[in-house]
Amino acid sequence: MEYFDTFVSILGSAIRLSIPLLFTALAGLFSERAGIFDIGLEGKMLASAFAAACVAYWTGNAWAGLGAGILISIIFSLLHGFASITNRGNQIVSGVALNFVAAGLTIVLGQAWFNQGGRTGQVPPEGRFSGIILPGADMMREVPIIGPLYANVISGNNILTYIAFLMVPISWWVLYRTRFGLRLRAVGENPGAVDTAGVSVVWLRYRALIVTGFLAGFAGTYLSIAQSAAFINNMSAGKGYIALAALIFAKWKPVPVMFACLLFGFLDAFANFMQGKSMPLIGEVPVQIFQALPYILTCVLLAGFIGVARPPKAGGVAYTKER
Amino acid sequence: MSPHSSANEPAIELVGIDKKFGTVHANKDINLSVAKGSIHGIIGENGAGKSTLMSILYGFYHADAGEIRIQGTPVTIRDSQAAIAVGIGMVHQHFMLVENFTVLENVMLGAEGGQLLAKGVAGARKELKRLETEYGLDVDPDALIEELPVGRQQRVEILKALYRGADILILDEPTGVLTPAEADHLFRILRVLRDQGKTIILITHKLREIMAITDTVSVMRRGEMVATRKTSETTVAELAELMVGRRVLLRVEKGDANPGPVLLSVRNLTVKDGRGVTMVDDVSFDVRAGEIVGIAGVAGNGQSELLEAIAGIRKPVSGEILIDGQPVDSVDPARLRQLGLAHIPEDRHHMGLVLKFEEYENSILGYHRDPRYGRGAMLDLDAVRKDAEEKIAKYDIRPPNARLKTANFSGGNQQKIVVAREIERDPKMLLIGQPTRGVDIGAIEFIHRRIIEMRDAGKAVLLVSVELDEIRSLSDRILVMFAGKVVGEKSSDADEQSLGLMMAGIAA
Repeated sequence: MEYFDTFVSILGSAIRLSIPLLFTALAGLFSERAGIFDIGLEGKMLASAFAAACVAYWTGNAWAGLGAGILISIIFSLLHGFASITNRGNQIVSGVALNFVAAGLTIVLGQAWFNQGGRTGQVPPEGRFSGIILPGADMMREVPIIGPLYANVISGNNILTYIAFLMVPISWWVLYRTRFGLRLRAVGENPGAVDTAGVSVVWLRYRALIVTGFLAGFAGTYLSIAQSAAFINNMSAGKGYIALAALIFAKWKPVPVMFACLLFGFLDAFANFMQGKSMPLIGEVPVQIFQALPYILTCVLLAGFIGVARPPKAGGVAYTKER
Repeated sequence: MSPHSSANEPAIELVGIDKKFGTVHANKDINLSVAKGSIHGIIGENGAGKSTLMSILYGFYHADAGEIRIQGTPVTIRDSQAAIAVGIGMVHQHFMLVENFTVLENVMLGAEGGQLLAKGVAGARKELKRLETEYGLDVDPDALIEELPVGRQQRVEILKALYRGADILILDEPTGVLTPAEADHLFRILRVLRDQGKTIILITHKLREIMAITDTVSVMRRGEMVATRKTSETTVAELAELMVGRRVLLRVEKGDANPGPVLLSVRNLTVKDGRGVTMVDDVSFDVRAGEIVGIAGVAGNGQSELLEAIAGIRKPVSGEILIDGQPVDSVDPARLRQLGLAHIPEDRHHMGLVLKFEEYENSILGYHRDPRYGRGAMLDLDAVRKDAEEKIAKYDIRPPNARLKTANFSGGNQQKIVVAREIERDPKMLLIGQPTRGVDIGAIEFIHRRIIEMRDAGKAVLLVSVELDEIRSLSDRILVMFAGKVVGEKSSDADEQSLGLMMAGIAA
């Protein structure tokens, strides 16, 4: 039973750690399926975490924080679009540049406004998204196996967690069941087909980036005012890149993206759990090994175990009408 | 359609269309009238302005001046959406299809019939069924595009246009990727469409097609519309002269071959491509000094890989290549060049030239280690430029400027740069892939004559081309490749039909 409790606690932590990945990977899904590489997910996450923490701190309203997070993330997305769609700039360069802007700006503004070495002030409880106890969680607790799972893994999460999982079927539905989704998938494969069908490639790609900004805004907000209670320097800590890895790992498909993010979240939780613990025969394993696992796993699996990951064909290429 | 339309009005009328790109005058004061329910051909060399004109019609570009009238009504075509709205449909040379989508999804794209796909799907299926029965355009709506042969993919392009209610169909070089049998099928479809009242504009540089299918033909030359003729009242020779502006020889004159000893010998060669698919399957043949061996076949049947293996670019899986009786076992193009093998690659843009280089730099590419061009690590630029200028004069490369960036030469002149470089080395063996792809008639004639001269000088020539006419007019012997195998050999006077059947893998 003791092992089971440990397992449940790791699982609960895995869910919490996978949420920012899930939002970000879904965000990346929309831009990459539209043919725009977005290495700037990390920056969007960081900028929106900062904006959400600031606004939540000032207003004491978590939803206002979320709105600010989404807004800044969409602005970053539009900047990326302006550079790479309108001006046909290199998408990787534009994304990296935005990452630097986000990393620098959050520290400078944070220091200027809060004077705490880049931290924002502590967000009051009403300015945060806190856990929701689902109906019957306490009653269920005594039921063996399912009880603890329901009470500790499924129940007790904040609203953003549930929204994240809801976004998976919604993303799938939008991509595969709506006109917007059909056109979006087409523009990532062959923008010429979209253009000659009388649909604007530019506007379509901008709309995809707006969706990307919207979803990445949730991820940042989750980091600063759901998982923590303040913004901390560089609190995205490379999660944007892990989310990109999850996206490739899942071959740019919504449901596999969810499983990839859960897997990476689980590895992260496991790494935290193993910290300072010694393994039989081997002794204490450096925690860095576990932290590196998502990256190692992505490399190994991409190297041949999941078959060919076929990226959207027109990805990374600005569209020019041919003569 | 406009309520004023009547049977007598031309389906489409262009008045004084003018378009400039910087200093290039792509379309000069073009007037054109296409009768309703007819097939109208537009012919001209590369760069004559055909594609620009059609792009204006389909809303890709805006004319600087002039007017477009559809069924007598002046229209403004701002973008492709507007072109579709006035009933113009276009089948592009490079298909505008999403390869991992189904036929149905491709047809619906841009005309989905609502925010949700589910609503439009049933209607689209019904409409596809109707188009199938009405025009004989049968395609499985649930098939993925990437799994369809090119002939069927093209049918999807036609269906896309008809689905959007096109009355005027523009086809841009539609037969470039088709087998002769597929091309015939396409022509049958076009005739059905015409007989049902659709108007068809066919853009091509192949005179034979113009004669076979069109009712009327217009000729473009250097941005101008130089003539319009009834097809029944003109001849291939007249059209060719109108296109080039002077008399051209359509079939190279050549004497009998005088084959000598075997110079190039291929024994049981098997080659796989990057994906591990066998592209050349146990192929054997010889090429003798003083003969041209042509390899015919539809693109993608292993000719490219065969050529690359012989040229030392791709390592064969098994088999032997003998040059002058000596087996070549290393994959090393530089060594093959020393042995006297010259190679004019199929794709001059990706293999033959560095487009950003100046002309003189490309003129020594691959031979830059020759002591004539420099010593040690240094190039003797004066010698290189002088040599380049000699080639420019001898091959009539225009503009005659060795310092011009290669990308700024026309396709025909770029090809001449490659041909001059390889032939002027005086090799013993010459490998040529698609010598005249994207090259205009005048330059074709020139390049063909050079190839014959090489043969008459006792060189062994291996020619790969998807243009059957070219293979037939140049080769002394013809090998046909299908699915990686040489399925047969014919003499140069073989008729087109039997070659076509072999190319389609039907007869051996």
